[in-house]
Amino acid sequence: MAVSIRTDGEAAGLASPSTRSATGASWDQPILLRLVSIALFAGIWEVAGRIPVSFAFPTFSDTIVAFFGLLADGSLATAYLSTLQPLLLGVVLSAFLGVGLGTICGLWRTGEWLVIPVFIVLQAAPVAAFIPMVTFVYGIGMTAKTLAVMILALPVIVLNTYKAVRNVNESLLVMCRSFLGTRWQTVAKIILPDASPVIFAGLRLGVAAGFVGVVLAELLITPTGIGDLITFHRSRADYAEMYATIASIIALSTLTLVFLQWVEVRVFRPESRGA
Amino acid sequence: MGATALRNGPSPVPAPIDSIVEVRGISKTYGNVEALRGIDLDFPRGKLTSLLGPSGCGKTTLLKIIAGLIRADAGTVAINGKRVSAPGPERAFVFQDFALMPWATVTRNVAFGLELRGTNKAEREEIARRYIAEVGLAGFEDKYPHELSGGMRQRVGLARALSVDADVLLLDEPFSAVDEQNRRKFQEDLIRLRTNQNKTFIFVTHSIEEAVYISDRIVLLSPRPGRVSQIIEPEIDRSGDPERIHRDRHYLDTVEEIWLGLKQYVE
Repeated sequence: MAVSIRTDGEAAGLASPSTRSATGASWDQPILLRLVSIALFAGIWEVAGRIPVSFAFPTFSDTIVAFFGLLADGSLATAYLSTLQPLLLGVVLSAFLGVGLGTICGLWRTGEWLVIPVFIVLQAAPVAAFIPMVTFVYGIGMTAKTLAVMILALPVIVLNTYKAVRNVNESLLVMCRSFLGTRWQTVAKIILPDASPVIFAGLRLGVAAGFVGVVLAELLITPTGIGDLITFHRSRADYAEMYATIASIIALSTLTLVFLQWVEVRVFRPESRGA
Repeated sequence: MGATALRNGPSPVPAPIDSIVEVRGISKTYGNVEALRGIDLDFPRGKLTSLLGPSGCGKTTLLKIIAGLIRADAGTVAINGKRVSAPGPERAFVFQDFALMPWATVTRNVAFGLELRGTNKAEREEIARRYIAEVGLAGFEDKYPHELSGGMRQRVGLARALSVDADVLLLDEPFSAVDEQNRRKFQEDLIRLRTNQNKTFIFVTHSIEEAVYISDRIVLLSPRPGRVSQIIEPEIDRSGDPERIHRDRHYLDTVEEIWLGLKQYVE
């Protein structure tokens, strides 16, 4: 009797159906809370703008109006066209180069000694100080902007990947070896998936740093794109327009990070979906 | 001493009829701790042999040397007469901590050994499904390990080892991270599984009751340095209701006998 009921006995012990429905119910609440949080922030902004805190501080509503104005006259689109190219290029290059380098350093001692100290220094350094140097060498074009993005994005991606690969779950490595996994299979099927949460944390930080890099470059090197739009409106004392531009790049950066997280859960860690 | 056969000393005993794993003169030292000294053992084909002993007797080390996961300082391991020093397709391992990939479903975890061997997806999932049912997890194919209890996770580990169709299954304290009720259930299932699967099991445990309950043969190891102190073949009829074994006279006597033998090593 004990043997025959084994499946049913185990099935009764599993809590998965209830977990699933609980996940479904708790889904709406965070979204509502997030909306409340944003509304609260907008409200405080509006009040602060009306007091006013400073003559250079527009209200939330003025900023929104200015935003649609910039959208309508095409200046925002033109600026983003110029900003997004080096940003995208720099971020994508940093992502591939960073994950690649980090993985190699995590797997290979010599590579670790050669490469990791450089990135530890880079991460510690106030990297913005390099930007004038980049301008000096590469001028004020696309190359300089892309490099500015990479200088900021690369270290954190490399270091996170390296740490994740180095601290991979030892027992899964042994498991893979005992089931005759080759070196390549171990890397592709165990090490990278196991490291992916930390790698993605690095990518998120790297992408955020890339946004910092591109704006810095546009403020300091090349008066183009979003940086130029901010500088231009500041010089004309169009504070609502200036704030609208700043808010738009912050929103874009946030959306990009949310998207990255979505990709991570969707593609690499299906088990944490809804968890 | 009843059914106990005492086998001791450096000279290997004549191999019993058809032994699948032959261990000769295995020694292993960690730093200045001698984990194993001169182990000679034969594991008969189709039987379940337990390595039993107090902690520090080197039983897991011995199992991992047989698995090819740890290198011995001296001695040889032969499977089906062939010397081995690395993992091979004729052995499959069940890990104490399950070693399941948290990002993979039960099916993919069970099929992982076949995936590494390049079996095509449809075929390996078909095989995986069969063994998932065999270990009593039918219906859980698409779950992830974190959705399962400890006992169920270890069933996944067992199904993975079964699905590569190895001759020898090496189980490293498979139930030590499983709660008591699930452990007893699992032990009963293992007895049933053994009769269905024509495989050789080598089982590491520190539980005397567990060893006597499931084993055809128990190798008692003594600690510091790890040596074979006794080999016991409990003659217990396991054909009927597995519940009955716990009340079997011979079962109780053997547990008592082993305990008296091991007592001296326990502080």
